Amino acid sequence: MPYFGSFALLCALALSLYCLVVGAISLLRENPASQRLTETARRAGIATFIAVAAAAAALLWSAFHDDFSVAYILHHSNRDLPIPYKFAVLWSGQEGSLLFWSLLLGAYGFVLRLRHKVDIRLTAYASVILAGVQVFFLLLLNFAAKPFALMQGEIPPDGNGLNPLLQYPEMVIHPPMLYLGYVGMSVPFAFALGALIMRYPGEKWIHITRRWTMVTWMFLTCGIFLGSHWAYYVLGWGGYWGWDPVENASLLPWLTATAFLHSVMMQEKRGMMKVWNVWLIFATFMLSILGTFLTRSGVISSVHAFAQSSIGDWFLIFLAIIFAVCLFFFVKNRSHLKSEHRLESLVSRESSFLFNNLLLLASCFAVLWGTFFPILSEWVTGNKITVGSPFYNHVNVPIALLLLLLTATGPLLAWRRTSFASLRRNFTIPTVAAVATAGALMIGGMKPRQDVSYFYSLMAISLSVMVTVTIVSEFLRGARVIRGHTGRNLFSSVLQLWRRNTRRYGGYIVHFGVAVAVIGLAGSVFNQTQEKEMGNGDSLQIGKYTLVCRSYTQDDNANFGSASAIIDVFKNGHPLVTMYPERRFFKSSQQANTLPSVHSSLFEDLYLVYAGHNDTTDHPIITAHVNPLVGWFWAGWLILVLGTLLALVPNEAAVKVTQPVPARATAPEVSMAQTTGAGD
Amino acid sequence: MTLKTNMGSAKAGELLTATRWMQVIAVVLFSVFFLGAGDDFEARFNTLGHKKLICVCGCNQILLECNHVGCTYSDRMRNELIAAVQRGDSDDLVLQAFVQKYGPIVLAAPTTTGFNRIAWIMPFAVLLAGFAFAGMIVLSWKNKPLLSPGTPGAGGQLEEFKEQARRETEL
Repeated sequence: MPYFGSFALLCALALSLYCLVVGAISLLRENPASQRLTETARRAGIATFIAVAAAAAALLWSAFHDDFSVAYILHHSNRDLPIPYKFAVLWSGQEGSLLFWSLLLGAYGFVLRLRHKVDIRLTAYASVILAGVQVFFLLLLNFAAKPFALMQGEIPPDGNGLNPLLQYPEMVIHPPMLYLGYVGMSVPFAFALGALIMRYPGEKWIHITRRWTMVTWMFLTCGIFLGSHWAYYVLGWGGYWGWDPVENASLLPWLTATAFLHSVMMQEKRGMMKVWNVWLIFATFMLSILGTFLTRSGVISSVHAFAQSSIGDWFLIFLAIIFAVCLFFFVKNRSHLKSEHRLESLVSRESSFLFNNLLLLASCFAVLWGTFFPILSEWVTGNKITVGSPFYNHVNVPIALLLLLLTATGPLLAWRRTSFASLRRNFTIPTVAAVATAGALMIGGMKPRQDVSYFYSLMAISLSVMVTVTIVSEFLRGARVIRGHTGRNLFSSVLQLWRRNTRRYGGYIVHFGVAVAVIGLAGSVFNQTQEKEMGNGDSLQIGKYTLVCRSYTQDDNANFGSASAIIDVFKNGHPLVTMYPERRFFKSSQQANTLPSVHSSLFEDLYLVYAGHNDTTDHPIITAHVNPLVGWFWAGWLILVLGTLLALVPNEAAVKVTQPVPARATAPEVSMAQTTGAGD
Repeated sequence: MTLKTNMGSAKAGELLTATRWMQVIAVVLFSVFFLGAGDDFEARFNTLGHKKLICVCGCNQILLECNHVGCTYSDRMRNELIAAVQRGDSDDLVLQAFVQKYGPIVLAAPTTTGFNRIAWIMPFAVLLAGFAFAGMIVLSWKNKPLLSPGTPGAGGQLEEFKEQARRETEL
């Protein structure tokens, strides 16, 4: 099977090279024969996916059949590894994850090439560009990071096993989601570059890529949240985001993609910011590649990073080539990207998008800067320094608060310019709600002057309430107009409102999700921690909770040995729950990890960690955390995903566009649109 | 003339009401901000351990959040921190002692002195430069507006403008 896998990868490289070279030649020529060549290139692109899928299947087959003659399988699997985690072997090491990248890229390319009739010529350009990216990954897989490399000498009877931290159900989902996001950014990139190269007229390419971008953004969002969820429930330090360089690497393309999703509306609606949008999508793709480089080059120390290897240089060269190609075609065809309109007022929807973009990019720069600053500092001063969470929080929180303010105010601004009367009418209620929330929190005991983090928390919660009130008022305003015209009830009117412009109102749900998640983040300021060695009957007090150690026990199976404590929890003196914090020792890899026990409620989590063991007394050491509002962070994510799904549904008007509509019937719609606000 | 005056006074009234609203909001925000001011010196250990120092075992985690199984540094460092705070050393002294023993890598964030000051300045400098650049572009656009539909020479584009209006006002 390893030979089959290697052969499949070689075939895939040949096919993608054909797709790239022949596809590019055919696009340069304008004759009927070139159309046939274009078609062969497209089919070669489709066949590339089949070849890469065969290679991935071969690697999984080797994992399931414990073929330890394959070095990768030996280092990342073992005989007793549970079956679901055998799938995770594919992305748990460097070579496998690169194959997974290539597989997903092939899958995206497969769908794109099958749907080529949307726009045959533009798709042909995008197909060639995707083939270029695919060639890079297949070169790596064939020559630098071979997943089917064979073991030399005697083959050990069992493998080293999968990293214990990856032996968790979420790890079967989190990396694929993240990779779907990273790799998916190749598609809008390919369309944007293709449209620029061929000087594609109009904004149709944006309509074609809109759903691609939203879907890949959603995958990236899910990947980031699942990673946080995994960190919270597996790493056992009581938090879900630690500003680790690899976490940062996933956030960078997310920030630029979020900026693109907003600013692209200005190009669709007003023909503005074309240069900006093209570079945003270029930057998003390059940051995705940069993230992959960060995990593999070893330039930054991270708990996530793979071992340092020479393929970091490959990524740097690839990044330089991408940048050079983008810059060349931008300089060559920049006249094609002239804005059709200009910003007329600073108080307008356009300017809110512009400032939203500036803030998102500033945040992206701050994260990138912080990630690379240790290298710069060491280079200049000779001293190695740390850029940890205090830096990122200090720099990003004020930017995030400004973004939240824009999220609350932007939807209330009209396109082109907003009158003072409109400002007063729309802003009074959200502003009063925000101020009232701040006041209530102060009366409730929050002290913003005690610590700047309390001030930030107060502002974050107040602004989140402002965002929520803005969204509710937008829904109600639109629904009232529809109810006035159709006589439907409020719920039905809200549904109708969403069906007419799913992206706008789905987007509002996304904003609501962000507001809920921010409230969850704001709660982390009030986290409490206690640690104690606990023998039978010992108790520990934290917040409203009393923890009593009932007993502690040990267990053993083929994969790992474990030690756990049984803790009875009382809240305000009443029995609440029994919790089982655990520590596991994996036999194959000779590594240990902790499994926290978490009791969640609407307002706070009680989070217990089996932190260690006192060999003298034989007692476990238990760390207890009380983390307020963590559930809100996860709920915000679910709402955010729901909002994205709602935004992906086609508009009702678009569904009916093939049917002739009497002119009279459209008249009230126009007036309704004007009453309920202008577009997105 | 009377109508104009009435409209003028109505507008002035609106502005006055708006100004008063702004004043009320400002006063409320100001008082909300300054309510509950106070210091909590007992939190020094947590502040230093959660915000200023990291564990130097290589995990890059904040000192009081390091839960590395078998970590040989974090326990020792915590004890040193407890001892320093109990001795009554100032924050600066505690941090200096840690830097002397473990090197500048022990600090969780760059210092605000020397070259490392740039780490803190750059993100905000870039943000301000971005705002300034955007502001300059907007001002230059305002001084040189594009042709409007009513401008001579733009009449032939009526259909295009109608399409634009439809696009921009769709619900």
